[in-house]
Amino acid sequence: MQRIGVFVCWCGSNIAATVDVNAVTETLAKEPGVVYATNYQYMCSESGQNLIKDAIRDQKLTGVVICSCSPRMHEATFRKAAASAGLNPYLVEIANIREQCSWIHKNKEEATEKAIILGRTAIAKVQLNAPLIAGESPVVKRALVIGGGIAGIQTALDIAEAGFEVDIVEKKPTVGGKMTQIDKTFPTLDCSACILTPKMVEVAQNDNIKIYSYSEVEAVKGFVGNFTVSIRKKARYVKEDICTGCGLCTEKCPQKNVPNEFNLGLDTRRAIYIPFAQAVPKVATIDPNYCTKLNTGKCGVCEKICTAGAIDYTQKDEIVEQQYGAIVVATGYNPIKLDNFEEYAYSQSPDVVTSLEFERLMNAAGPTGGVLLRPSDKTHPHTIVFVQCVGSRDVSGCGKPYCSKICCMYTAKHAMLCREKYPDTEVYVFYIDVRTPGKNFDEFYRRAVEEYNVHYIKGMVGKVAPSGGKLKVQASDLLNNEQLHIDADMVVLAAAIEPDKSARPLATMLTASMDTNDFFTEAHPKLRPVESPTAGIYLSGCCQGPKDIPETVSQASACAAKVIGLLAKDKLTCNPCVAHSDELMCNGCSSCANVCPYGAITYVEKEFRQPDRTMLVRRVASVNPAVCQGCGACTVACPSGAMDLFGFSNKQIMAEVDAICK
Amino acid sequence: MVYSYYPGCTLKTKAKDLDKGARRAAEALGIVMEELPEWQCCGGVYPMGKDEIATKLSSVRALVAAKEKKQDLLTLCSACHHVLKRVNNDMATNEDIRNKANAYMELEEPYAGETRVIHYLEMLRDVVGFDKLKEAVTNPLTGRKIGAYYGCLLLRPSKTLQFDNPENPTIIEDFIRAIGAEPVVYAYRNECCGGYVTLENKDLARSKVANIVESAKEGGAECLITACPLCMYNLSNNNAAGDLPVYYFTELLCEALGLDKEGN
Repeated sequence: MQRIGVFVCWCGSNIAATVDVNAVTETLAKEPGVVYATNYQYMCSESGQNLIKDAIRDQKLTGVVICSCSPRMHEATFRKAAASAGLNPYLVEIANIREQCSWIHKNKEEATEKAIILGRTAIAKVQLNAPLIAGESPVVKRALVIGGGIAGIQTALDIAEAGFEVDIVEKKPTVGGKMTQIDKTFPTLDCSACILTPKMVEVAQNDNIKIYSYSEVEAVKGFVGNFTVSIRKKARYVKEDICTGCGLCTEKCPQKNVPNEFNLGLDTRRAIYIPFAQAVPKVATIDPNYCTKLNTGKCGVCEKICTAGAIDYTQKDEIVEQQYGAIVVATGYNPIKLDNFEEYAYSQSPDVVTSLEFERLMNAAGPTGGVLLRPSDKTHPHTIVFVQCVGSRDVSGCGKPYCSKICCMYTAKHAMLCREKYPDTEVYVFYIDVRTPGKNFDEFYRRAVEEYNVHYIKGMVGKVAPSGGKLKVQASDLLNNEQLHIDADMVVLAAAIEPDKSARPLATMLTASMDTNDFFTEAHPKLRPVESPTAGIYLSGCCQGPKDIPETVSQASACAAKVIGLLAKDKLTCNPCVAHSDELMCNGCSSCANVCPYGAITYVEKEFRQPDRTMLVRRVASVNPAVCQGCGACTVACPSGAMDLFGFSNKQIMAEVDAICK
Repeated sequence: MVYSYYPGCTLKTKAKDLDKGARRAAEALGIVMEELPEWQCCGGVYPMGKDEIATKLSSVRALVAAKEKKQDLLTLCSACHHVLKRVNNDMATNEDIRNKANAYMELEEPYAGETRVIHYLEMLRDVVGFDKLKEAVTNPLTGRKIGAYYGCLLLRPSKTLQFDNPENPTIIEDFIRAIGAEPVVYAYRNECCGGYVTLENKDLARSKVANIVESAKEGGAECLITACPLCMYNLSNNNAAGDLPVYYFTELLCEALGLDKEGN
């Protein structure tokens, strides 16, 4: 006979304000098998847990039902409490009466009725729970970092520092990311390259770090502690280990008109190129879209000129397979395309630039050698208008609903640098709000306004009209309630930032969840901010949300600490709620293997004794419990009912449905 | 293709050229325009009031008439097009307005925005096709530099009108190319002409028009074309210099199709 205990949590007022917890407790106490029922203000607190532990011992409970928040929140907490009182942790069931009940209902009567049904359902299930023993799986002591920007670099360096091996996969020919393109960094105005390039060198020289540049993740298999990742090393048509990075080929290549993505197309490069002088690894790459030799078979200048003999036109993409214990996503961001914002004339005038383009125009290593010149006629601009929130905080559907967070500060920086270098320049900044929380951030912005006399105007620009070599800016000044007309020489647009396009397919490969804006979601927004809900996947930098450099670096180090915590373990406890096949019922049809997203099901030939005592060899499904994640897809697909899930058996689920329909 | 046609008041008075050209060109292109027998004025301005439906009823009647004929409703005047499309959208999406209007109209079958409202330019683009129009042109306006003037009513609110990109439209430029001329893309082609403000503040209307005209001339435009009688009025009468002719797009369409003023 079952002896079930029911524990109803108030969650302060989160549950108790909408659900009559006393009524739930009293009603569930009368359910068959229930011998004890109570409620408490915070069941997850120490005294709440003690309440459960004491009841397990005193009432000799054989099953526990906790009506509280989502199992994603506290299932592990309550299982641990049960285990410490001597009850198998898999005899604990959670009825989610917060996220799926009190938070989404307003009517107390209805919410209470629903909470009772959810509790009854969990009781029906726990009646059929069987004790499960979790197995163990080994941890591969090597981490993969996807993305080699400042986030990926910092995470990799910290993990390597702790003594573990790390691989960085970077899709571009060099690591460094967006920070390599930035001129100065706020709020201290130190040079971006000066603080980044030493870290890039460190990454290259660290014995524990291997860089796969110009490479992409192709496929991911496995699970926490034991991922198998296929990495595609794209053909760069240059032997990486032989190229000395002398750059001779990049000077002699006759194909001169390739848009230079490092300078955002503001100038050109050759078909064989090194992105910039401090690139890591400093080796040349041939752009197959523009190389004459690769496209027509004629040319071959770089091969003739290369004294090291590093050019190899026959190189093919190479797939490397590697094992990892943990995977860090550091795929970063990009400014959005401005197709939906034609009112700013970005596509109509070269003098309307994005802020990142402006960085290049201000940068000593940029296309103008750091002299600010208008792209159209290479003259010095005397009036510059900055427009903030271009596509940020935009609910019209043209842009992004969120705040891109970094724009207020970099715009203040640009405005300040313009006034500092060219005091004859009039600088206007149009803003919706100026948001500068952060250490020394507001002081920085105040300096732009008060010391550098940047004209900050609350209001938005309605139209930019290129006319007679000028940009006619129409705008509204909301505080003065007047229309402004400014004849500007340049307009700089603070375009919203969005996650890199590679993030979405990567999330699918990793089975890691994303929000509607394609930012990776964290396991808990406050308490587990650098972990994905998918075990073994960690988040670093802007792939999780817009961030500036200081915040990115802090998060990257936090992420490394979590990875080190995992890699320091020799073994991990496995989830025992995995699928298993009843070999007597299995007819070897392969339906389950076809739907398994983890490749956990294989087929084996087995001998079975027939009723007439002869032996028959049959093909039956076999589940690898270390690989199975317990998603249950196979149990639904199996036509003969041979597949079943420990902890979520077909019988248990039917019992739940029956309880709901009662 | 047969359309129910809603001309609107101005096309019967001040803007006869817009209407005449459209009818002739349609005939040449094999499009039948059946003028609705009992159309009423659309009101000229989309009524923003949320608490009454009287000002929307004339539009609803035109929309219902087209529905009963199982035809799309073809429009020509920018203002009529704007009002009809927005009222139609209200009838499709705003339950309150729909219920009130239907309760008043006492129709056999309630109207819920089933009619498709299509502007003559949309018809040229989506039904005839600018490439087919190009083939039909017998007298291409080669060498003519023409500025498209969109105004505001054709493009906005863009989600409801679904006409073209409100900030960087291309439909009239494509039309200009199809009739063999060269479009002049200038920044103020989708800015307000001043509209009705000309009645109250002529100077303001003049300064709006001056911006448009200067910007078009700077781009090299020899003339402007429009689909809106009110824009036509402002651009012609409030241009102090008076040095940039303005035509309805249908006038040049007829010229390119080799149809003279009398329709031969």
